[in-house]
Amino acid sequence: MRVTHWITVIAFFALLISGGEIVISHPRFYWGETGNVAMHPLFTIPIPSSRGTVPTGYSFEMPDANGWSRYLHFQAAWVLVLTGLVYGIASLWTGHFRMNLFPAKADRTWRAFRDVITKYLRRAALGEAESHSYNAVQRFAYVAVIFVLFPLVIWTGLALSPAFDSAFPIAVDALGGRQSARTLHFFVTGFLVLFLVVHVAMVYLSGFKSRMRAMITGRDGAPGENL
Amino acid sequence: MSYFSRRKLVTTGLAVAAGAGGLAVADRVARRYGLIPPDHGGFYGPGETLDYAAQRILTRHSLAREFPRTMISQTPFANAIAPPSDAFKRLQAGGFSDWRLAVDGMVARPGSFSLSDLRSLPVHSQITEVVCEEGWSYIAEWIGTPLHEVLKEVGTLPQARYVAYFSIERDWWDSIDMADALHPQTFLTMGMNDGDLPVGFGGPLRLRVPRQLGYKSVKYVARLTVTDSVKRFGKGLGSAAPEGGYAWYAGI
Repeated sequence: MRVTHWITVIAFFALLISGGEIVISHPRFYWGETGNVAMHPLFTIPIPSSRGTVPTGYSFEMPDANGWSRYLHFQAAWVLVLTGLVYGIASLWTGHFRMNLFPAKADRTWRAFRDVITKYLRRAALGEAESHSYNAVQRFAYVAVIFVLFPLVIWTGLALSPAFDSAFPIAVDALGGRQSARTLHFFVTGFLVLFLVVHVAMVYLSGFKSRMRAMITGRDGAPGENL
Repeated sequence: MSYFSRRKLVTTGLAVAAGAGGLAVADRVARRYGLIPPDHGGFYGPGETLDYAAQRILTRHSLAREFPRTMISQTPFANAIAPPSDAFKRLQAGGFSDWRLAVDGMVARPGSFSLSDLRSLPVHSQITEVVCEEGWSYIAEWIGTPLHEVLKEVGTLPQARYVAYFSIERDWWDSIDMADALHPQTFLTMGMNDGDLPVGFGGPLRLRVPRQLGYKSVKYVARLTVTDSVKRFGKGLGSAAPEGGYAWYAGI
């Protein structure tokens, strides 16, 4: 179970780096089915490009890294999806989703949410229970990442495959077209990175060493220990 | 060593053994059904093989999306190309009337086709999207002779597994498997949007493979070779793309 987390970390970074490299070859985003340099972009990322055909305002070109980036992107995607399958099946089997991730009935209220956030803001001690289980806000974040963002990023990614779309045209048509799928793929990645930043910050704030030990070995420190 | 109970060791051992056995079976099945791409070696081989195998299982006969005429791009983008060779310029000066498509390899009747020979075969049109691996795209109407009509004309031998295709320009070639070669939307394209195919877009003759990314649609095609193995072309990776670091299979 913990192994799947760390494999996901490696695959996610591989996807992020290679995805960024691919964006560099065309840092313009569009909405709808088609989009190219002769059309109006929805927005442009103000970075140089690895293609001379893209007008960027920079006088130089970045080196072309799309070959290995694409190979790495798809290989890491397989690792991520297969690891996700193992995680999903194991979680159903052990009741991890039910026990640790889905919020308890009492916590499915705005009030429970507000309480946790107030606690965070006041930097109040989170109490003994919280070092062993997730609170309402954490549960919401994890459920959103596992059941919304990851499925969405996989879907929008698959919709960019012309062969996949030939078998399942609905995958891309439902997103409003190929360029919309590409733009959504980019935004969903943005949300995943946002989660990553907050997630790492929280681990750091709650005691990096003891959290890391828990995340790697599964063993918690003694109660109250926060090295 | 209290982390590892005997039960854990046994189940892990069984899982590893099942995994290894499963991989061996998968390898045999994949070879039997032609699910291994030419560039299956190296660090990225597993990912490339999974891409190709999964696509062949899911999309062997599926048709690329076609669009209504109203969605044809007003501003299609012809990607940058190297300056044409002297051989190309000579043929262009003659209005491409001497352009020939040579077809050889594992065929019963090797031959060569002029553009008007190709036009005398059934000509079809499709409105499909060109998708570049960089991210941009456009939709156009493509008019041409399906590749399978030419393959029927020359009589493909049963052991054929790939069709390699070569541009008149140097070091520009690629190959597709028979699933794509016999696919009804794989065109030897001569026209675009009701006119002749412009040189910028690959005219006079471009092999359009609409279920794969743009770089598989080689421009200025002058030769086709039907083969059972792509090992003897270039570095044996199936196209010039893997030699430049790009995947042979570009349906993704």
